[in-house]
Amino acid sequence: MKKFFALLLVLTLTFSICACSGSTTPTADKPLAGTTLKVFNWGEYIDEDVISMFEEETGITVVYDTFETNEDMYTKIKASGDNSYDVCFPSDYMIKRMIDEDMLAEIDFSNVPNYKYIDQKYLKQVFDPEDKFSVPYMWGTVGLVVNTDLVAEKIDSWQVLWDPKYEKQILGLDSERDAVGLTLKALGYSLNSRDEAELEEAKQALIKQKPNILAYVGDQVKDKMINEEAAIAMLWSGDGIALKMEDPKFEYVIPKEGSNFWIDSVVILKNTQNKAGAEAFINFLCRPDIALKNVEYICYATPNTAAYEQLPDEIKNDKTAYPGEDVLSKCEIFENLADSDILQTYSKIWTEVLSQ
Amino acid sequence: MRKTLNKIYTFLIYLFLYAPILVLIVQSFNESKYRGKWEGFSFKWYVEMFQDRTILLSLRNTLLIALIAATVATIIGTIAAIGIHKMKPFSKGLVMNATYLPVLNPDIVTGISLMLLFAFISIPLGFTSLLLAHITFNIPYVILNVLPKLKQMNQNLNEAALDLGASPWYAFQKVILPEIMPGVLSGFLFALTLSIDDFVISFFTTGPGVSTLSITIYSMTRKGIKPEINALSSLLFVVIMLLLLLVNSGNNKKNQKLEKNY
Amino acid sequence: MKKYASAPAYPYVIWMLIFIIVPLLLVVWYGLFKVENGNIQFTLEYFARFFEPVYIQVFIRSILLAVISTAICLLIGYPLAYILAGSTFKNKSVLLFLAIVPMWMNFLLRTYAWLTILEKNGIFNQVLRFLNLPDQNLLYTPYAVILGMVYNYLPFMIIPIYNALEKMDHSLVEAAADLGANKRKVFRKIIFPLSLPGVVSGITMTFMPAVTTFVISKLLGGGQSTLIGDVIENQFKVSNDWNFGSALSLVLMIIILLSMRIMTKYEEENAGGGLL
Repeated sequence: MKKFFALLLVLTLTFSICACSGSTTPTADKPLAGTTLKVFNWGEYIDEDVISMFEEETGITVVYDTFETNEDMYTKIKASGDNSYDVCFPSDYMIKRMIDEDMLAEIDFSNVPNYKYIDQKYLKQVFDPEDKFSVPYMWGTVGLVVNTDLVAEKIDSWQVLWDPKYEKQILGLDSERDAVGLTLKALGYSLNSRDEAELEEAKQALIKQKPNILAYVGDQVKDKMINEEAAIAMLWSGDGIALKMEDPKFEYVIPKEGSNFWIDSVVILKNTQNKAGAEAFINFLCRPDIALKNVEYICYATPNTAAYEQLPDEIKNDKTAYPGEDVLSKCEIFENLADSDILQTYSKIWTEVLSQ
Repeated sequence: MRKTLNKIYTFLIYLFLYAPILVLIVQSFNESKYRGKWEGFSFKWYVEMFQDRTILLSLRNTLLIALIAATVATIIGTIAAIGIHKMKPFSKGLVMNATYLPVLNPDIVTGISLMLLFAFISIPLGFTSLLLAHITFNIPYVILNVLPKLKQMNQNLNEAALDLGASPWYAFQKVILPEIMPGVLSGFLFALTLSIDDFVISFFTTGPGVSTLSITIYSMTRKGIKPEINALSSLLFVVIMLLLLLVNSGNNKKNQKLEKNY
Repeated sequence: MKKYASAPAYPYVIWMLIFIIVPLLLVVWYGLFKVENGNIQFTLEYFARFFEPVYIQVFIRSILLAVISTAICLLIGYPLAYILAGSTFKNKSVLLFLAIVPMWMNFLLRTYAWLTILEKNGIFNQVLRFLNLPDQNLLYTPYAVILGMVYNYLPFMIIPIYNALEKMDHSLVEAAADLGANKRKVFRKIIFPLSLPGVVSGITMTFMPAVTTFVISKLLGGGQSTLIGDVIENQFKVSNDWNFGSALSLVLMIIILLSMRIMTKYEEENAGGGLL
């Protein structure tokens, strides 16, 4: 047994020596060469070739880490002080919170010429009304994916989630903000509601929905749907589009009552030690060919007009991937609720629903 | 008859433990990136795995952290267990209860409180803090494995050795250690296992550039787990099994001797 | 000499004070104090919230599922440990080692593999269909959560028991047999009591993580068997309510330490062995 561990140790050490990177010094065309840029992103939320290309072009070494939720990322950055990241990718409501808590640096847009490719539609949002701190990276919606082999009727409303026909046929989203928020939407309220009566109504509706729910799941949705474990699932647009591309029997629907419209943006953290590098990185991400590479890899929707133009027609004209103003006008962005006690109410509602 | 029954029982339990691993290995050869759909046999995830720098770097960190943390925790934990064993009931109870705390605390609480501690005593988050955290949550499992062995040991042996003039260190090496070795070893194994698998505590106590495999895997939820990860796990599994086989077939005799010593 | 017998524990005690006790004080701080307009205030409001029916219900479910899983682990783990310890196989330690190797594969991946086995069109049901037996929908029930816990914590039970049995003085067994005790009696009067330290250790190592787990209930229970670990997790990750999360985990700690104390009380020898 001892020998076994000795062998294991030797293997590990050899392996760890093999995996390291060299450094370079600045040159005229690569003024930032030799510096380091620490990037914090969602897992699987970039085409990794993009990072290598950026390193090659600029000589900057990228330290790339991933997180699971906005809140994890926030807690981590808040606690780690100066030794933190330079660039990260929060969602809308979290950007607002980080701005409010003075965690973000203003971006110098003269260093980000490719910013011009970002569609005006996605700017001037509630979370960053003057567009000082964030550059949209990806956006999407929440909707229903329907297996048309199993569901004959045309689905266009959240009401289907309460249809007794689909007992144990529906996969819910394992996220209290989405579950409660979209139920509010189905009932005709705002998904940012802070009204106790409306929230209570949403809770009752969710409880009533439970016989139809097979499970509340996260990322296994795609596997489950392909495997025909369920007929209908609530999910994010990127997953919906990916399913459609996998098999045309799947349809992604944004219900007519409206839904959640979200944006994930790139931001620079206040105590960055490489602001120039961070801006170069954001500029790189906005470059049409790079944005295209990323959107093709991730499957969500790009806010980059030039990248959008280069997409294949069937995606470009897909009203579910890139819904028109008529649909988006009915959708809402999640507001930051962390400044109030309402999140606790959400949490309690969700626990009660799950425990029924 | 009884022997056959024993064999069947053992086989069934191991089947239970290994069933998911077998599924995982089969899936790593699936051409499709979806779990539920078989599109044909393929090595493509194995090829892509070696081009994925995030995965390879995380693998390195995982193994390094797990091995160092388990080793240090085993040393501290074993020595501590010997001391705790000799403690008076009251202080023993106190120390043991504190020892259970990291096991009892939900990971998120341990993770965040350790993160706050590191910030407070200004240890920058990174490899060191991650290692300290892993050692901390590993030690209780080592102590829990070693203590029962000490309890079973003949208490007079050590004293006899000391009375006969052995130094405490000599007595430890020659008398105590051989007696408790199986406990020490399984403590080490538990520590290693927990380190490899931990996600939440690692996430909150690590810093930029030091990701472990678990962090990488858990953070893939936005887009789904990459099939490359299945390939990597299967490969690791095969490597571990081969190592085990190699060590055993080569050293059967030695092993037998070792076993007797334990 | 005797006076310093516990000296080897001192380095660990210092380690413990820094890395276990100080963080714990932070948890106590969040659970018992609140800062309002710059004033620090002692408060029991977070603890009071624990007593709302919904959280009590979740808590009872967590304890129940953990107790059942621990019992199953003991029931199926003890015989295996017994067989392994008594086996004449040359490399017993290898067999033991094999029991823990599956846990080196990432937890999330292994649990996903269980989904593949248990789901509606999964491997388990395919086998049943092949045998002309009716489908079983195990996934997304509390049974699946129990299965997940047993699967995950079984090695934690097997290994300490194996170690205890292995170390047992076999002359005692022989003596008892010579004196005419039948196999059952030998087991009940000699073997089982001697393996008790291992059993206690195994129960501790299985029960404690089982009570606080959260991913298993999410993945295998379909989010419908919420456990206290899930609720605590949520307070930190979603609701931004560290105070309530801390209070919950303090309650959890106290109750479990107390219940473990009751469980092990009968064992005199263990009186000073911790667990309050």
